Amino acid sequence: MSLAGITGATLAKDLRLEWRSKDAINAMLFFALLVVVVFSFSFDPNAEESRQIAGGLIWVAFLFASVVALNQTWARELRNQALDAYRVSPAPANALFLAKTVGNFIFVGVLEVLMTPLFIVFYKLRALGPAWQLIPVAILGTWALVVNGTFFAAMSIRTRSREIMLPLLLFPISIPAILAMVNATTAILTGELSSRFWIVLLATYDVVFTIACLLLFEMVLHAE
Amino acid sequence: MTDQSSAAAAPIIIITDLVKQFGRFAALRGVSAEFAPRRMYAILGDNGAGKTTLLRVLAGLSRPTRGSVSMLGTTDLRAICRHVGYMAHPSLLYDELSGTENLRYFARLYEIEGRQRCASVISAVGVDPLLPRPIAQYSQGMRQKISLARAILHDPQVLLLDEPFSNVDVHSARDIGARLAQMRDAGKTIFVVTHQSSLLESLADEFVWMQAGQIVTRTPHLLPVEAR
Repeated sequence: MSLAGITGATLAKDLRLEWRSKDAINAMLFFALLVVVVFSFSFDPNAEESRQIAGGLIWVAFLFASVVALNQTWARELRNQALDAYRVSPAPANALFLAKTVGNFIFVGVLEVLMTPLFIVFYKLRALGPAWQLIPVAILGTWALVVNGTFFAAMSIRTRSREIMLPLLLFPISIPAILAMVNATTAILTGELSSRFWIVLLATYDVVFTIACLLLFEMVLHAE
Repeated sequence: MTDQSSAAAAPIIIITDLVKQFGRFAALRGVSAEFAPRRMYAILGDNGAGKTTLLRVLAGLSRPTRGSVSMLGTTDLRAICRHVGYMAHPSLLYDELSGTENLRYFARLYEIEGRQRCASVISAVGVDPLLPRPIAQYSQGMRQKISLARAILHDPQVLLLDEPFSNVDVHSARDIGARLAQMRDAGKTIFVVTHQSSLLESLADEFVWMQAGQIVTRTPHLLPVEAR
């Protein structure tokens, strides 16, 4: 079977597991909702201040919430050691990585779709720049979070304190991507600067880290 | 049991000076052995003797610290993983999926198409393939049977089974034993790690005794406890 076939089968299995357990999506939603509400009441910004800080708030909320999904991705593979069944099969390691990454992309994407209207309402947001550019920023930014997150979550599954280990590994390496996401979002919301540079930076980051993760994942999967 | 001629066949597995260390603890201490094809081996020994570690190394899940394993003519165990079936002590299954859903997923990893194969394997181990409940709601024994079904789904030449009889009632354990004997007679090589050696007394071709990370004895018959 092709890489795409096994990726599709693994993705379908993960989506079915999440649909039945709702482990990741519920935890992510509650976490992101708390961030929106707590920050909204703490700062109570006007429209102009909101446009300045919303980019940072949104992405920080999504980053922290996505860590929950990323940990769950591999936690369900460790229950009953189901991951070993994949490791002894002839299926390619990259199919597993791609399926997990796409799965996490969907979970975080659903979170973003559900939370964005709340951000708009709570922070009275209205973009002064080209709002359509938020779509490529969201897609590229989410991919940047989940591609590294899936990889480092896989690296940390065999460590004793993996919930702590994942943010420790993920956040420093995500700094360039977070900077790009936040600056691009702020540029679009305020309409003061072009977001083009940040979007190109995000796309480059995605390509580089996707290739690096694909090259290294087999080693991570079969490590003891 | 098989006749003696199969014992003279070229070995299907050759283990040479195998050492597996976890930190400073050596789980396997220089194991060397040859195993002939089309036979059923019962791997016996106390807890911590190295039985599970040996099976994990043979399955390619654990890399030897030193020494080598040659299986089906190659030391690249990844290359022959399609011909090896592995059943671990945990079920290696997804709790939220039913037995059939689990097997359909694993069938796709082995490029096996068709629901018929999954259904027939599940039936062969004595579970109803139409059972819609998720695995989490199965009894421990049923889970064990589905776990065995997963291991034999792709019709492997070499079968590595870690405690297949644990938590299974006596009748089901005997059924599983008989099924394994049939597979051995059909040309499979089977390794069974178990503490319930009496279940294999009349079925296994050889009893391999392990102690402190080494193979200490290999006998054609089950020895009484005091003789081990």
